[in-house]
Amino acid sequence: MNGGDEVAAAPSGPPQPLEWKFSQVFGERTAGEEVQEVDIISAIEFDKSGDHLATGDRGGRVVLFERTDTKDPGGSRRDLERMDYPISRHPEFRYKTEFQSHEPEFDYLKSLEIEEKINKIRWCQTANGALFLLSTNDKTIKFWKVQEKKIKKISDMNVDPSKAVSNGSVASSSNSNSAKQYLANGGWPEKSYGCPSNDFTFPPGGISSLRLPVVTSNETSLVARCRRVYAHAHDYHINSISNNSDGETFISADDLRINLWNLEISNQSFNIVDVKPANMEDLTEVITSAEFHPNHCNMLAYSSSRGSIRLIDLRQSALCDSHAKLFEEQEAPGSRSFFTEIIASISDIKFAKDGRHILSRDYMTLKLWDVNMDSGPVATFQVHEHLRPKLCDLYENDSIFDKFECCLSGDGLRVATGSYSNLFRVFGCGPGSAEATTLEASKNPMRRQVQTPSRPSRSLSSITRVVRRGAESPGVDANGNSFDFTTKLLHLAWHPTENSIACAAANSLYMYYA
Amino acid sequence: MATIDEPLYPIAVLIDELKNEDIQLRLNSIRRLSTIARALGEERTRKELIPFLSENNDDDDEVLLAMAEELGVFIPYVGGVEHANVLLPPLETLCTVEETCVRDKAVESLSRIGAQMREQDLVEYFIPLVKRLAAGEWFTARVSSCGLFHIAYPSASETFKTELRAIYSQLCQDDMPMVRRSAATNLGKFAATVEPAYLKTEIMSIFEDLTQDDQDSVRLLAVEGCAALGKLLEPQDCVAHILPVIVNFSQDKSWRVRYMVANQLYELCEAVGPESTRADLVPAYVRLLCDNEAEVRIAAAGKVTKFCRILNPELAIQRILPCVKELSTDSSQHVRSALASVIMGMAPVLGKDATIEQLLPIFLSLLKDEFPDVRLNIISKLDQVNQVIGIDLLSQSLLPAIVELAEDRHWRVRLAIIEYIPLLASQLGVGFFDDKLGALCMQWLNDKVYSIRDAAANNVKRLAEEFGPDWAMQHIVPQVLDMINNPHYLYRMTILHAISLLAPVMGSEITCSTLLPVVVSASKDRVPNIKFNVAKVLQSLIPIVDQSVVEKTIRPCLVELSEDPDVDVRFFATQALQSSDQVMMST
Repeated sequence: MNGGDEVAAAPSGPPQPLEWKFSQVFGERTAGEEVQEVDIISAIEFDKSGDHLATGDRGGRVVLFERTDTKDPGGSRRDLERMDYPISRHPEFRYKTEFQSHEPEFDYLKSLEIEEKINKIRWCQTANGALFLLSTNDKTIKFWKVQEKKIKKISDMNVDPSKAVSNGSVASSSNSNSAKQYLANGGWPEKSYGCPSNDFTFPPGGISSLRLPVVTSNETSLVARCRRVYAHAHDYHINSISNNSDGETFISADDLRINLWNLEISNQSFNIVDVKPANMEDLTEVITSAEFHPNHCNMLAYSSSRGSIRLIDLRQSALCDSHAKLFEEQEAPGSRSFFTEIIASISDIKFAKDGRHILSRDYMTLKLWDVNMDSGPVATFQVHEHLRPKLCDLYENDSIFDKFECCLSGDGLRVATGSYSNLFRVFGCGPGSAEATTLEASKNPMRRQVQTPSRPSRSLSSITRVVRRGAESPGVDANGNSFDFTTKLLHLAWHPTENSIACAAANSLYMYYA
Repeated sequence: MATIDEPLYPIAVLIDELKNEDIQLRLNSIRRLSTIARALGEERTRKELIPFLSENNDDDDEVLLAMAEELGVFIPYVGGVEHANVLLPPLETLCTVEETCVRDKAVESLSRIGAQMREQDLVEYFIPLVKRLAAGEWFTARVSSCGLFHIAYPSASETFKTELRAIYSQLCQDDMPMVRRSAATNLGKFAATVEPAYLKTEIMSIFEDLTQDDQDSVRLLAVEGCAALGKLLEPQDCVAHILPVIVNFSQDKSWRVRYMVANQLYELCEAVGPESTRADLVPAYVRLLCDNEAEVRIAAAGKVTKFCRILNPELAIQRILPCVKELSTDSSQHVRSALASVIMGMAPVLGKDATIEQLLPIFLSLLKDEFPDVRLNIISKLDQVNQVIGIDLLSQSLLPAIVELAEDRHWRVRLAIIEYIPLLASQLGVGFFDDKLGALCMQWLNDKVYSIRDAAANNVKRLAEEFGPDWAMQHIVPQVLDMINNPHYLYRMTILHAISLLAPVMGSEITCSTLLPVVVSASKDRVPNIKFNVAKVLQSLIPIVDQSVVEKTIRPCLVELSEDPDVDVRFFATQALQSSDQVMMST
């Protein structure tokens, strides 16, 4: 592969496999504690600098974490007790704030309940120390600003506040009816004195008895404000949002369409991709994920349920129904089965930071594509090959439709994705690297390491054979490890600059470093 | 604190509310900042109020926006232009906030203040401010700075001028696309203040960098800058520097850039002058007319008349007209619609012969377009072509198109054509109108959609205005009055409405003799809605008719209605009676 040329020049051959260590956990479950559905994490995202991390959950909340090891920790706050501070260089985070981003809604026109679950979070450009992010549920995207605000104490008022309060009007109001209220109180003589009109003359030197309130503040608090709501643009469920490198636009994708928005304009968006056939019975393919190129403002990629990735160029035309490039792997002839199409569906795509490579995750594998080579992936990593015998069970309990996310390291040399039993796998994708590590999202990530190096797919004959065997002992893989299909690690994110991974196991956020 | 004098109380409250919990009250106080300032006096405004406001920078955006706006007109309250500089610090802070509209307003206010400031103050306070913003840590400050250079530059010394130009050039290469966009947007304004010598060298090289930016959004704004810059340059420099850029842009990979060129081309032609337009921009324009992106063709088609006006007729016929023919059968209805809305304007440019020979077939094909918007756009500009070739040639094809639109199943299309009927009537003349269109106008009064009936009533009035009362008496009024017997009350109501509109046009005599009896008989209607509408119509007739008629006919009718069992009828009848009383008193 070509992508890692710069790094491949390193004289020592392929980089050493990383040794992953546990760093932190937030919201760890105690033994026997039941997980509340609303607490399950449904989105994880680092910001561009890696100084902040955001998670979204099924309850519509967004929780922000900030990095502590780069800055002076400063005054200790909530959750500090969770962490003991070893002097370390790996990223450490602490809870920063949280807010309710989405509420459950009901679409009366379609008689549809709209879940509050956060599907995706994307960070926007930081400005003036305020953080900005986009969060979306199935239908509505929101633009949030999180900012420190001073808590103000006001003193030295002109009007005694206690008096005003005793009057029944909170701190009074300056419209004309306040005058009446005071009159009614009898404290003020009957004379007309509404708001001074323009003919009221002020003495040239001003009136010395008036004073400005004195504001004192020594504490600040974080306030999240919803700045804009981008609604009513999607008939189907939004699966992705992605910012453009121009800092002014973003896209949102649902099953059949991709819309382009300006961050500042919430009442209109432009449809740029529409794969909806004239007759819904002709529908063969849906959009599963979409992402803008990290630095070319005109390029974006989207993946489909049939396992293809399309690269489109916004410069070519206003409606990008025809793609500029199509990345698809030809299936080996004769290997078709009932599950072929289902497992080919791509659940997530990510551009590498350099924009040269695209990582895709389907049910069985991770694939790395070079945008300049559309004949096939430059690398394929087997993630769930051991589950091939059990596809039947997985189909019956719907697990086969689970949408696992994937991520790349900042240097583009490693990729990672989640699996069942709260496991996640890290692969080296640099030239010559055979690194393949399985980790468990727990305080001891190496506990359940399974040595299953990547290998080519098995032939069809073996499927039928092992499906049968799988049926006899469900939940146990070829190595005798049991698999728990209810604990799946769908969401994870790689720190943009360091070897650090944040992953979600149900309601807990685990962080690892190497 | 009871020490405050009672007339000052409202101001005291206003001041306190600058810090109220309720955002509405804070906004209210900020909006009346001038009152507070006058109460405090100029000196305390400078020394206390302005610093106080400067610290208020983490308020809600709505409050900050109001503050940015108020401060822009605050010079009189701080003691005139010699103290204007005290207003800069709070506005500088506002220039750095995250919300774009607040920053834009702050920049606008700063520009306004800067334009009034004394030269030495500009040097001492304003130029350093621009430099601080341009070096700001966050992109927000740098974005704002771009909009202030044109104020700072003229009064700067030579060294500062060099520095400012260098800073601006730096901003055009900023890492953040937002900053480059702002620099591109403001380049024209800044360039207008720069000396011609530097304009040709430094500014043009900045401009060239922007035209090659990676970000489409930056190049888009650079296109807009072309026209502004071109107007500043000598014609020959413009041809040398701007023209190649425009030609390049017209072939840009990004359709949005080409779209922008198509939209701006007319202004760009003005900048480069007629010679180069003919030689270089006509080919570029022809390319845009044939662009493979429909959006670009829409923009180009919409400018076809304007563009032809600056060409001589031969060139227009030779080069542009073939494209226009193509566009009239374009696959995109929006392109055809854009073309239809301007193509009529080409007739005066091309002259009678060319119009009949070449344009007329295009008009006619567009008039038969399957898409109603296209047909409507042609009809709406009928007067322009009429002046050139006369209506006779068109009327044959026109009528079927109008009839089809008049009966279109989309009521908005019917509504649109109704609105053009008076124009058509004036162009076609009485004779033609009587024969063909009169019946349609009556038909609309019976339309199923209220908006159409409403527009039809208005149309009847405008026709009466156009052709005069005598004609209306013959061709409109009898048919309208006939319809008062419609079995459905909603249609009867439309007729009442039409009568009230017609009455002022027809004049007192006809109203009394023809219209009034119909209204009075309608007061016996069985539907209360009709009855109270009768009351309303009668009220509107009072000023038109003679006093004696009011006494003899209208008032008795109203009195009867004011005793109606229905409460609404009584209400409107009483109201009408009261207004007739007022009319009597005033006379």
